[in-house]
Amino acid sequence: MRQWRPYFVSGLVEAVGGPALYLLALGLGMGTLVNRNGSAALGGASYVAYIAPALLCAAALQIAFSECSFATFGRIKWRRTLWGITATPITPEIAADAHVMFISTRLTLSAVLYYLVLLVFGVAGGPAGVLMIPIAVLSAMAVGVWILALSATIDDDAAVVFNLVMRFGIVPATLFSASFFPIEQLPWVIRPLAWLSPLWHGNELARDAALGGLSAWRVALHLAVLLALFVAGFVVARHRFRSRLAS
Amino acid sequence: MSRDADMTMFAAAGAAGKAAPTGQGIPERESARTSSYSVVSRPGGGLVGRIIPVRMYAGRSRVMLERSLLTTRTIKWTLISGFFEPLFYLLAMGAGMGSLIGTVEGPTGPVAYAAFIAPGLLATSAMNGAVFDSTTNVFFKLRYAKTYDAMLATSLGPVDVALGEIGWALGRGATYAVTFEIVMLAMGLVHSPWAILAVPAAVLIALGFAAIGMAVCTFLKTLQHLDWVTMSLLPMFLLSTTFFPLSVYPRAAQIVVEAMPLYHGIEMVRALTLGAVDWSMAGHVAYFLAMAVVGVWVTSRRLEKLLLT
Amino acid sequence: MTAEGVETIIAARGLTKSFRVKGGETVHAVRGVDVTVCRGEAFGFLGPNGAGKSTTMRMVACTSPRTGGELTILGRDPDTDGVAIRDRLGVVPQQDNLDEDLTVRENLYIYARYFGYPRAYCRAKAAELVEFAQLTDKAEARVSQLSGGMQRRLTIARALVNDPDVLLLDEPTTGLDPQARHVLWDRLFRLKQSGVTLVLTTHYMDEAEQLCDRLVVMDGGLIAAEGSPAELIAQYSTREVVELRFTPGEQAAAEDAAAALAARVEVLPDRLLLYTDDGDETLAAVTAAGIAPLSALVRRSTLEDVFLRLTGRSLVD
Repeated sequence: MRQWRPYFVSGLVEAVGGPALYLLALGLGMGTLVNRNGSAALGGASYVAYIAPALLCAAALQIAFSECSFATFGRIKWRRTLWGITATPITPEIAADAHVMFISTRLTLSAVLYYLVLLVFGVAGGPAGVLMIPIAVLSAMAVGVWILALSATIDDDAAVVFNLVMRFGIVPATLFSASFFPIEQLPWVIRPLAWLSPLWHGNELARDAALGGLSAWRVALHLAVLLALFVAGFVVARHRFRSRLAS
Repeated sequence: MSRDADMTMFAAAGAAGKAAPTGQGIPERESARTSSYSVVSRPGGGLVGRIIPVRMYAGRSRVMLERSLLTTRTIKWTLISGFFEPLFYLLAMGAGMGSLIGTVEGPTGPVAYAAFIAPGLLATSAMNGAVFDSTTNVFFKLRYAKTYDAMLATSLGPVDVALGEIGWALGRGATYAVTFEIVMLAMGLVHSPWAILAVPAAVLIALGFAAIGMAVCTFLKTLQHLDWVTMSLLPMFLLSTTFFPLSVYPRAAQIVVEAMPLYHGIEMVRALTLGAVDWSMAGHVAYFLAMAVVGVWVTSRRLEKLLLT
Repeated sequence: MTAEGVETIIAARGLTKSFRVKGGETVHAVRGVDVTVCRGEAFGFLGPNGAGKSTTMRMVACTSPRTGGELTILGRDPDTDGVAIRDRLGVVPQQDNLDEDLTVRENLYIYARYFGYPRAYCRAKAAELVEFAQLTDKAEARVSQLSGGMQRRLTIARALVNDPDVLLLDEPTTGLDPQARHVLWDRLFRLKQSGVTLVLTTHYMDEAEQLCDRLVVMDGGLIAAEGSPAELIAQYSTREVVELRFTPGEQAAAEDAAAALAARVEVLPDRLLLYTDDGDETLAAVTAAGIAPLSALVRRSTLEDVFLRLTGRSLVD
């Protein structure tokens, strides 16, 4: 699982440059347009402070997607690393567990870096803002485990399938999950769709950690949804790993 | 199925006397051969034919387009999804951000936020498609699938292959541009009849980026390099006045943004859809023509080295 | 070798190819090759991996420009007429490079289109070759759904879409099992009978003996010998060979004694090869000399022995 070491340098550039770029372009650039109209719609926060927690969650989701899709599928199908591993006493379930642990660790590292960039920009919220890190990892993995299960299921046309997940899943989820604007800004017919998005639950929690404002029962509800998604996906992923690798 | 079984069937074919098409005495061959030779001796005609040596070009790049069309069945969902991505951005940012932001100062005065970003998204999607087709797509066919090796074992030349691939990228870009503009029209985001020229403008943007993309692709060695290309598109997308006007920046940053190719693409399309056409258009067009010329020049110098080594 | 009235298909004189590899070092893959191939011949390049066979083939296929020397294919120079030459070639590369995005039938159709044939002709040709490759049931299947053997068959069928004058085959049967190889040899023999010039590379001796009228042995980018299989054996080996097998390491003791009994002795890690014109007589002498191998075998000389003689190395290692 050390295969990503050569990508470290460009990974670091991506991990720090990406956040800074989004904060500058959207937070400050687009923020000047938003802040002209006051911050009432954003619950009193400046625009850059409003999107900062969501940017962190969205970045974690992106990384979870690429690690759980092409990277994992590649190990199963093209490089067949996993077949070698499961010829040893390691069971497919353990391989699935190891993937979840490895990707979560990778996500945590990226989230910490992102958090540090937010600190530099002064938009990381109070001390409770540090909770954005586990929240981002959880919400990303709540999606990630399902993509892991998908990677262990599909065979031909994986690139097409992942592309569709990206374009019809990850991209709209990022756009419509209160990342860049409160979902109250959307027509009421579209709003319930955001409730289905794990990223929306993550965004709400992360924003609460940084800026506060949610009631305790809503925090519990968001957490429960994410945990349930994660656990269910994990079970499915382990099952899919077994049927793929032990056949 | 094992190789044994396969080859046994192969043997059966031979035993059954299914003559292999061996050339000698097959009537179609002469006419077909004559036609292909006539193409060879008169490559393509026109400007391209005069510049590029016969060994590089058989004047048959349209066959590459035919191949691409055949593949649309297997990649149809990817093609369809490519249209939805800018649409999602337009709906989310236009509706959600629009109600936060209200109007923005466009080249013709204040416009709705959606009308401001729509041309930006049109230009960006032309860029993304062209760069993807000319780098990632070409890179995988070149280094992994070896698709081009097979093509170049025939009487196609490297230039046929390159023109065919660029042509496909442009056709695809034009299709996306047309559908996206229809959506813009339906949403009331088109403010001027000049907008009809946004489609050729998108094709020009795609041409510039495809030419540069292919030139860059001739230098790419690893997947890591490919990542850098993809990563370099993000700052352009976020900073080139897609989501907010140039006036937001301090002057020093404005100069940097004005140097970016996507900025010129977005300003060009925006001027057309909002109806603010003036002489600055000539500058934007020139920028992309220059990109196309430089890209084609570098590519044609590198192509033989890349494909025939 | 060119007889009066026989058309020369490929002529190379002093052909060389050098690559610049990472670090600025230059690798001389082909270092001066002279060959002549005539119409209707089956010509082989024989040699171990890295001998320069595939590089030579790629130059002949006009997909790799030569570094130096002269090369004429079908009377034309690949540097200036590559497109026109490739129009008349069929190429079977070492690794199948079928179009993974297309079906079996589409692969054949579009490949014929690459040669500029009219659509109707390409459709008919594809149908004909689908049958030839016995892939009728799989005609509408994607290439990725075919087995390895099926893909190889399709690649060979694909090389025939333009009814080539010359068929270039780079290690056509590497990776196939013995039965499959025999079947393929049969197909290639039929093509040769119908007048197609075959040029192939191989590192299998039996393949060269089966298929080639004439061959060159390549080693280190140079031609080590040239001739028909029988000529090469006559020139570089004796009629028969006695193989004595020992427990690894023990043959050293028998070396000196054996050397006196044969025209020439090759020492392999586990064997001694005694080159002689009468194997049975030599074997009797071996027994009389008190040499006690684990096993002994008398056989006819093969191209393997020629190669061993020429390069001092076993061919398949």
